[in-house]
Amino acid sequence: MYDIKKNYQGRTISDVLNIMKENSDVKIIAGGTDMLIKMKERKIKDVEILSIGDIEDLRGIEIDEAGTIVIKAATRFIEIIKNEYILKYIPTLAKACNQIGSPQIRNIATIGGNLCNGAVSADAVPTLLVLEAELHLIDCDGNKRTINVNDFHTGPGKTNLVSGKEILTKIHIKKENYENYSFDYYKYGKRNAMEIATLGCAVGIKLSNDKNIVDDFKIAYSVAAPTPRRCKSIEQLIVGEGVTQDTVNLIKIENISELLPRDSWRASKDFRLQLIKEIGRRTTINAIEANGGKLC
Amino acid sequence: MGIGKNINRVDALSKVRGTTKYTEDLIPHNALTAKILHSKIANGIVKDIDISEALKIEGVMKIVTCFDVPDTDFSTAGHPYSLDPTHADIKDRKLLNKRIRYYGDDVAVVVAIDQIAAQKALEAIKVNYEQFEPRLNVYDNKKIENPLHEFYPDDVMSRMDFYLESDNKAIFKNHKVLDELVKNHSIEGNLPDSNKSMKKNEYTLPIVQHAHIENIVCFAYMEGKRHIVVSATQVPHVVRRIVSEALKIAIGDVQVIKPYIGGGFGNKQDIIYEPLAMYLSKLMGGVCISLILSREETFINSRTRHGMKITTMLNTEDNSLRMQNRAASIISNQGAYSTHGHAIAANAITNYFQMYSGSGMQFGSSVSKYSNLPSAAAMRAYGIPQICFATESQMDDYAREAGFDPIEFRIVNLAKIGDVEPFNDIHINSNGLVECINKGKELISWDDKKKKYEEFNINSKDFKKGIGIALFAYKTGVYPITVETSSCRIILNQDGSLQVQVGAIEIGQGSDTAFCQIASEILSIPEDKINIVSCQDTDISPFDPGAYASRQTYIGGGAVKKAAVLLKKKILEKAVNKLGISFKELDLIDEYIIRKSDGEKLEKLENVILYSMYSLNNTEHLTAEATYTGLNNAFAYGACFADICVDIPLGKIEIYKMYSIHDSGKIINPQLAEAQVHGAVAMGVGYAIGEEMLFDKISGKPLNNNFLDYKIPTSMDIPEIEVAFVETYEPSGPFGNKALGEPPIIAPAPAIRNAVLFATGVSINSLPLNPQKLVSAFKEANLIDEE
Amino acid sequence: MLKIIKLNVNGKINEISYDDRESLTDTLRNIGLTSVKKGCEAGECGACTVLLDGKAINSCLYLTSWAEGKEITTVEGLATEDNDFLHPVQKAFVEEAAVQCGFCTPGLILTTTELMNSGKKCDRHEIREEISGHLCRCTGYENIINAVEKVVGKDIS
Ligand SMILES: Cc1cc2nc3c(=O)[nH]c(=O)nc-3n(C[C@H](O)[C@H](O)[C@H](O)COP(=O)(O)OP(=O)(O)OC[C@H]3O[C@@H](n4cnc5c(N)ncnc54)[C@H](O)[C@@H]3O)c2cc1C
Ligand code: FES
Ligand code: FES
Repeated sequence: MYDIKKNYQGRTISDVLNIMKENSDVKIIAGGTDMLIKMKERKIKDVEILSIGDIEDLRGIEIDEAGTIVIKAATRFIEIIKNEYILKYIPTLAKACNQIGSPQIRNIATIGGNLCNGAVSADAVPTLLVLEAELHLIDCDGNKRTINVNDFHTGPGKTNLVSGKEILTKIHIKKENYENYSFDYYKYGKRNAMEIATLGCAVGIKLSNDKNIVDDFKIAYSVAAPTPRRCKSIEQLIVGEGVTQDTVNLIKIENISELLPRDSWRASKDFRLQLIKEIGRRTTINAIEANGGKLC
Repeated sequence: MGIGKNINRVDALSKVRGTTKYTEDLIPHNALTAKILHSKIANGIVKDIDISEALKIEGVMKIVTCFDVPDTDFSTAGHPYSLDPTHADIKDRKLLNKRIRYYGDDVAVVVAIDQIAAQKALEAIKVNYEQFEPRLNVYDNKKIENPLHEFYPDDVMSRMDFYLESDNKAIFKNHKVLDELVKNHSIEGNLPDSNKSMKKNEYTLPIVQHAHIENIVCFAYMEGKRHIVVSATQVPHVVRRIVSEALKIAIGDVQVIKPYIGGGFGNKQDIIYEPLAMYLSKLMGGVCISLILSREETFINSRTRHGMKITTMLNTEDNSLRMQNRAASIISNQGAYSTHGHAIAANAITNYFQMYSGSGMQFGSSVSKYSNLPSAAAMRAYGIPQICFATESQMDDYAREAGFDPIEFRIVNLAKIGDVEPFNDIHINSNGLVECINKGKELISWDDKKKKYEEFNINSKDFKKGIGIALFAYKTGVYPITVETSSCRIILNQDGSLQVQVGAIEIGQGSDTAFCQIASEILSIPEDKINIVSCQDTDISPFDPGAYASRQTYIGGGAVKKAAVLLKKKILEKAVNKLGISFKELDLIDEYIIRKSDGEKLEKLENVILYSMYSLNNTEHLTAEATYTGLNNAFAYGACFADICVDIPLGKIEIYKMYSIHDSGKIINPQLAEAQVHGAVAMGVGYAIGEEMLFDKISGKPLNNNFLDYKIPTSMDIPEIEVAFVETYEPSGPFGNKALGEPPIIAPAPAIRNAVLFATGVSINSLPLNPQKLVSAFKEANLIDEE
Repeated sequence: MLKIIKLNVNGKINEISYDDRESLTDTLRNIGLTSVKKGCEAGECGACTVLLDGKAINSCLYLTSWAEGKEITTVEGLATEDNDFLHPVQKAFVEEAAVQCGFCTPGLILTTTELMNSGKKCDRHEIREEISGHLCRCTGYENIINAVEKVVGKDIS
C-alpha cells in the first residue's frame, strides 16, 4: 500500500494540464518505477499523484519527413527496444534501453521518467546526450518550450522541468545528429542484470569518408559527475585526429576536467577513474568499428 | 519407485499452480499489523521514548516500548534443548531492548490497522538516546569502554583453544595455558620442533546474508488459552519452546504451525519475532497480530553469515609434500547478540584439522567477539565456507611458493578412511574425495586447460584465463555436540496408501520427496500413493528439532525408515493372522503379501488393511511411530573446479563454468540432488564475486540492505554448472547417504579465487572478489599500466 | 479511499472493492490469488510478476487503479481444462525439477509464458536475459533454464 492522498488519472494531455493547474501539489507519475520506490522509501509521503502512463497522445514513436525521430514521453522501454525506426536508425538507444533494470521494469518504465527523474545513473540519458535530443515541454497554461537534453539536468535528481507545472511530452532526435554517425553504449555494473550503472558511457562518432580521420566525436558519461554529462574536453581533443590507438588513448584521466567522479561506498574515486578511461576507450573503439573504421 | 530414482518433487504440482500456501498467504483479513521501531543508532541506551504524537494517528491501536516489556531474556538460537548447562545458548535479549546493540535494534512496536498507519506512527515516535561510539571492527584490540553485554567485559563472547597430540586427539586448554605452551601466542612465531619457518597467511571474509526470497514473517493469535503462532520457520518445535520460555507459558499451551516456506538457508533457524507477535496478541486479548519484515528489515533484523579473519600457518617436512606443523586462528564477528555464535566459530576452526592432517604440532584457536552489527548465526554450511576459503587458499598459496602441484599437495595430506577425526571421535568410514578430484579433473580437462591457459596468458595482457580447485569436508549432522533425534508417524489407509508425518522440515531442499522415496522403498508402495504431511503443526507433528545442518535425510530419513520397517512388521503380522502362514515366510513386495520361498502373491496389501480395520470383532488401525536417535556422524566430501577469464582493466571475472563433484554417499534422488548442488554452487558464486553487507564505518548504518544493492546473482551472473556424484556407501546413513544440502556452497569461492591466482599470479586474500578490489590488486601487481 | 473497480483477472471480470492506495499485488492477494508473492515490493525480485495484457510486470510497482480495462493473468489462471490443468510451462518446470522452495516459481512461469506466447525461440543465453528479472536463491537457475528451454528452446519446433 502506498501513502497516496489523492490519486488522479489523466486521460488526455489537456486533462493533465487542467488537473495540474487546479492542484499545485500534484506529482506526475508515468511508469511509476521511480516514484513508487520513493514513496516506499518515504522520501515522498502523503502525496497527490497524477498518472499519465496510459495517455495515448504520450505514447509511441514516429518519424517525420525530415527524418526526425519523435519519441513520446510515456513510451515504454520495451516499445523503444522493439521499434523499427529505432532499430534502423539509432539501434544504440535500443541497446541502452535494453540494459535497464529487468524485462518487467522495461515493460512498464518510460523514457520520460528516466529523463525527468534526473538520476545520474539513468541509462537512456548518455545516449540521448550524444544524440543531442531535443525535449519538448508544456506547462499547465499551455505554454510550450524545447530544450536540448544537454541543458536539461541541473544536479543530482534535479532537472530544468518545473515540477508540478510542466510535463515532458516528447523527445526529438534530428537526422543530422544520427545520420552517418555510429554509436555505442557501455553500461558497467557489478551484476550483469538488475543493476544500477556504476558507470555508463555513450559515444557517437563520424569518420571521414576514407575512415582515417575523426570528423566528429561525442562522448557522454553517467555516474561520473553530479549529472549525466558530455566530456567536451575529450571531444575537442579527438575531433580531427586520425583513427589510431593514440587518438583513443587521449581518453585519459588528465583530459576529463568536466567529470567529477567521487568516492562513495558503491565505488571509490580511483576505481571510477579507471572505468572512465577504460570504458571510454572500449566504447570508442566499438563505435569506430561500427562506423567502418579500424584502428591503426 | 524407491531410492536412487528420479521422482518429481511431491510439492511441485501445487507450487507450479500457485496453490501452495506460505505463511503470509494465511494471514486472516482482520489481522492487525505490527511494525517495529528500529534504533537509528548502533550503540547506546534508550533514555526515554515519547509516543504521545504517534498514538494520535488514525488507525493506531497500541504502542509498546522497551520500557513496557517483561524483564525476561531469551536466546533466539534454534538449537535443541541442552541437558548440559555449559552448552546452553546464551540468553541475552528481551522482546524489545533498552540497550541498543546495533543500528536497527528493536526499541518499540506499533500495532495498527494497516501498514501506512503503522509507518506513520513509527515516524512520530521520539526516542532519546545516550550514544556510545559504535564498534564494528572486532579485529583490532581496542579497549572496550561500554561492553555490549553485562557479563562479557571485553566483548569476547566465547573462545576455544586447543592443540592436537601426536595421536591426533584434541586437547582443549585455557588459552593462557596454551600461550605458555607455545610462548607468546599460539600462532605467532616459529613453533618448536619445526625445521622450517612457517608460512603465515591472513584471510578475511565478509558478512553476507541468506537472502531467501520469502521475507521473515509470522502471525500469532489466541483461541481460548491456546497460543497459536504461524511462522516461516525451520524449527517449529524449538519456536514452541522459546515462545513458552520467553513468555512463561506452559509449552502445551503453545501451538506452532509451519506452512510451506520460501527458503531459509539457516536464517529461519532463529526465533526472533515469534515471541513478540505472541506477546502482542496476548496483550490485546488474543487478536491476530501479523509481523512481516520488509526486505530491508530482513537483511538487518534477521541473521547474517559471520565475517571472520582467519590466520593460518603451515610448513612441510623437508623434501616432502607432507604437512608438518599447522596452526589456525579465527576471530569471528558475532554482531550484537550471541545466537549460534559460539557453535559456529568452533565448528569452523575444527574443520581446519578435519580435512587434512599434519605430522607435527597443530594448534587452533577461535574467538567470537560482539560488535555493533546485525547478529550472525546459522547460514548454509555453518562456518565452513569461511574456514574453507582460508584452508584452500592457503593450499594454493603454499604450493605455489614451494613449487608443488596444488592437487598433489592436497592428496598427500588428506584424511583417509580409517582415520579418526580429532575432536569428536568421528570415524571416517567412507571417503570418495580422491575419486571426486579425479572425476573433476577429467570433466574440466585440467591438464589440457592448464597448458592452454598458461600459453594464452603469456600473450594476452588484458584478458587472462584460469582454472582453480578447492576441496571440502563437511559433517553431516551435529552429533555428538548436540542430540540427534527425529520422529516419524505413518498411517496406512484402507486402500493401501499412506499418510506420512514427519517432524523434519521441508524448506525447499526436497526432504519430503526423499522421505516418500524411503517409505516407498521399504513398504513397496509407489510414491504417488504416499502423502507426506508437509506442513508441521506442533500439536500433531511428531518431534524433530528442525531443518539445520545437513541432517534431514540422514536423521529424519532414519526416522522414516524405522517407522516404515515397524509398519511393515505390523502389516506382515496381520497377514499372518489372515493367511495363517508364519511370519518368516512372508514378505511385502509390489503391494502384495508374498511367500518368500516361491515369490507367490498371496494377498493384496489393501485386503490386509481392510481386514485389519473392519473385522467385526477385532480392529486395528495400522500405524507406526518411531523415534530415531542418531549416534554417529559422517563427513561428506567434494571437489569444486572453476574455469574463468579475468578482464584485467575492469576487474571483472567471467566464469565460464563451474564443476561440483560430491561424495554424499548414496544418492537418494539424483535429479533433486543435482538441483541442490546447482543452488548451493550459485550461492557460493555470489559469495565469491559479489555479496557483502556494507555498513557506514562511523554510524554503523546499513548501506545496501536491498536486492538492488546487495548483489545476489541473477541468471546473467551464474554460469553453467556441471554436477557429478561419486557414490560411496556411508554405513551410518539410513541408506548409505550423507550430507548434500549444504556442502556444495563451501568450495566455489576458494576455487574461483584459486583460478584468479592461476590466471593472474595475484593472491586475493579476502572476499568478495569484486572489481574494485581486483583492479587495485592488479595495479599493485603492475598488471594495469598507471598513466 | 475505498473504490469499486472492474478487474479482468484470469479471464473473469470481477467487480471488487479496493483501496486506491493499493498496489496490484495487494489487490490480487486480497481476492485470494496468493501465487502473487512479495519478496521486496521494490521491483527487484520478480516474485510478484503477473501478466498485464500479456506482458510481465512487477505488480508491486503497479497501482490497482491503473489496471481497469486490462487483462491480468496469474499462475492460477494458466491451468485450464484445455491443457488438462497443467500448462506446458508448468509441466516443464515440474519435469525439469526447476522448483525448490517455490517462492519465485509463479513469477518465472508467467515470464516464460509471455515468452512462449511471443513465439520467439531462444538459446540459453537469451533465456538468461529473459528471466533476469527474477531472483531465485534456491536453484542456481540451471534447471529453470532447462525448463524454459524445453518450451522456447531453439531446437524445439
Ligand atoms: C528494480 C529497478 C531497477 C531499475 N533499473 C534501472 C536501470 O538499470 N537503469 C535506469 O536508468 N533506471 C533504472 N531504474 C529506474 C527507473 O525504472 C527508470 O528511471 C525509469 O525510466 C523511470 O520511468 P517511469 O516512467 O517509471 O518513471 P516515474 O516513476 O513514473 O517518474 C519518474 C519521475 O519523472 C517524472 N515524470 C515522469 N514522466 C514525466 C513526464 N512526462 N513529464 C514530467 N515529469 C515526468 C515523475 O514525476 C517522477 O519525478 C530502475 C528502477 C527499479 C525499480
Ligand atoms: S515483490 Fe515485486 S519485484 Fe519483488
Ligand atoms: S525456488 Fe526458492 S527462490 Fe526460486
